[in-house]
Amino acid sequence: MKRADAKVLLEVRGLRVQVGGVEIVKGLDFTVRAGEVHAVMGPNGSGKSTFAKAIVGHPLYQVTGGTVAFESRNLLEMTPEARARAGLFLGFQYPVEIPGVSNSSFLRLAYNTVQAARGSDELDPLEFDDLARETMKALDMDPALLDRSVNDGFSGGEKKRNEILQLALLAPRLAILDETDSGLDIDALRVVANGVSRLITPDNAVVLVTHYQRMLNYIVPDYVHVMGGGRIVKTGGKALAEELEARGYDWVRAA
Amino acid sequence: MRLRRELQRKGKGLTDAMSSVLENLVNQPYRHGFVTDIESDKAPKGLSEDTIRFISAKKSEPEWLLEFRLKAYRHWLTMQEPTWPNVKYPKVDFQDIIYYSAPKPKKLASMDEVDPELLRTFEKLGVPMNERAKLAGVAVDVIFDSVSVATTYKQKLAEVGIIFCSISEAVHNHPDLVRKHLGTVVPTGDNYYAALNSAVFTDGSFCYIPKGVKCPMELSTYFRINTESSGQFERTLIVAEEGASVSYLEGCTAPKFDSNQLHAAVVELVALDDAEIKYSTVQNWYAGDENGRGGIYNFVTKRGLCKGRNSKISWTQVETGSAITWKYPSCVLLGDNSIGEFYSVALTNHHQQADTGTKMVHIGRNTRSRIISKGISAGQSNNSYRGLVKIGPRADNARNYSQCDSMLIGSKSGANTFPYIQVQNSGATVEHEATTSRIGEEQMFYFASRGIGAEEAVSMIINGFCRDVFQQLPMEFAVEATKLLGLKLEGSVG
Repeated sequence: MKRADAKVLLEVRGLRVQVGGVEIVKGLDFTVRAGEVHAVMGPNGSGKSTFAKAIVGHPLYQVTGGTVAFESRNLLEMTPEARARAGLFLGFQYPVEIPGVSNSSFLRLAYNTVQAARGSDELDPLEFDDLARETMKALDMDPALLDRSVNDGFSGGEKKRNEILQLALLAPRLAILDETDSGLDIDALRVVANGVSRLITPDNAVVLVTHYQRMLNYIVPDYVHVMGGGRIVKTGGKALAEELEARGYDWVRAA
Repeated sequence: MRLRRELQRKGKGLTDAMSSVLENLVNQPYRHGFVTDIESDKAPKGLSEDTIRFISAKKSEPEWLLEFRLKAYRHWLTMQEPTWPNVKYPKVDFQDIIYYSAPKPKKLASMDEVDPELLRTFEKLGVPMNERAKLAGVAVDVIFDSVSVATTYKQKLAEVGIIFCSISEAVHNHPDLVRKHLGTVVPTGDNYYAALNSAVFTDGSFCYIPKGVKCPMELSTYFRINTESSGQFERTLIVAEEGASVSYLEGCTAPKFDSNQLHAAVVELVALDDAEIKYSTVQNWYAGDENGRGGIYNFVTKRGLCKGRNSKISWTQVETGSAITWKYPSCVLLGDNSIGEFYSVALTNHHQQADTGTKMVHIGRNTRSRIISKGISAGQSNNSYRGLVKIGPRADNARNYSQCDSMLIGSKSGANTFPYIQVQNSGATVEHEATTSRIGEEQMFYFASRGIGAEEAVSMIINGFCRDVFQQLPMEFAVEATKLLGLKLEGSVG
């Protein structure tokens, strides 16, 4: 739902990111307004995931140039946990397993931390359990996953759904979903994509980082960006994604 | 390829950076470091038959006990300090230790008469004795240095025939019981430190649960070492008669000193037919400073004898203190169908060394044992699990399950597992599982990306890791243990 007068959530200018001393993102400009859905596409190694990790403040990803403003605040000066509390969310491509920590306690601590940062009410374990179960139902998730350790022994699909469950519970202003579609079969993809679609409101925004356009059949993007060599090399609408699917990334590179 | 190598290099740098954050978290100064100024009545330094006669005379002991001590001492003289534990420390000078130190004797009729200085000490320790005892329904046998100064709830326990007093008192008031059981589980010549303890023990607790009695409350003792350079040698004896049951809590802290303090306790448990003893410990003695100077040497022999049929002995320990821990709470499963359990969390930091575990000796038929050990190593510490499971030839259908998990924090700590399994009966089932994990930077980042700070994240991971053991602790102790680990992990992040 693009509106030129909508509030700017994320403003990235000239972003440069190094990983292990090697520059991966080389001067990236990117603007996200409230109510928008963006797709960031590109071949392996084009810098998509690096961009996503740098925005949420992963310590391995070193920002060496440029500015990033999130709702007019300088994001680069904030710790990763402060960014999360301010309303930024990353759906991980490979969610990490945390043996011994129950999923329900983890989810509740995350939920209450973000609620407290917003000045909203925190929930006790029983209230939270109701909320979590209700949310899981919409994502076709087995409530037994609440009692297991975080992502521990989850299938690939269960891990991705657990990410979307967190997205639904934390209700961020801006969600960046890193290859959320990878490793999902077609049914799971539909459930996850519909889950994400339902969360989109005029006040928040979603950035889908993806290699393939198949998720975009369910979540229609307002903008499709193609990355190459650490920059955005082409921006278009939904049609661009379909053209990429048909013609491959070499076509953009050649252009 | 080059990128991957770079990533790995960078990854290592990150590990170091993260380690320092985690190190700050676990590097909490010891809060219980202070010396209470109470006059004591000390023996001269050094160990000899004269020292032993001095102790025995001070305590007006019967002749048989003096003989018990002298026999142990003479045996000790022929023994060598064990070198097999995976720990390093300078040789202990046994002639440089004060073997007896007692507060000036006073007759105490009630808690009000307890030295206010002592009460303040407990206050600082976070042990509001009066309130705690009342609120939690806990009878506290207070050991201050080497002599009991106050015993509460004794009367209430006496109504059901339970004896809960200092071992010195028991020697005078219940000599037959003490004489019958003392040294039957841990013989005077059992090992170097047990022999030393048998020669010079000054005080400790005695607990006797008569036939068929379920102890109506948790029994608890707070130990505290107070005089600089005074080794403390407690002796604890717990006897549960047929069908009796008791849950016993032991909690320890010590003041901060530079010179090392030797601690060599002996705990003996005896469970007769259908009896059950649950023994829980939270240990937070001074561990030395961050450079490894000072701290308690904790060389303890704890052993339970499941003497009767269907008896059960369960050890639960949370070990967070001491410079060196050398401790193997064990069960001898003599009676048929008897059960031994060992649940342990050992946390080491800085230069702490822990070599701890258990021994499960199956002698009777259908005996079962369960070992759950969780080791957490931070800083430059070294944490070893050492456990023996022995199935004797008569132990038909014996079963053991062992699980030993280690968690490493940072890149300079070490964890080892030394399981010893000896099976002499082909009908036995013995299972051993072990895992090692590290608090990784990716896990920390996952928490951070959900708004959760490093401190809470580490605490959540550690509490999750230790849950199987904490569940075994009595309620109020579980809270204390969680707080204690939190204290050790609290820090300067943010």
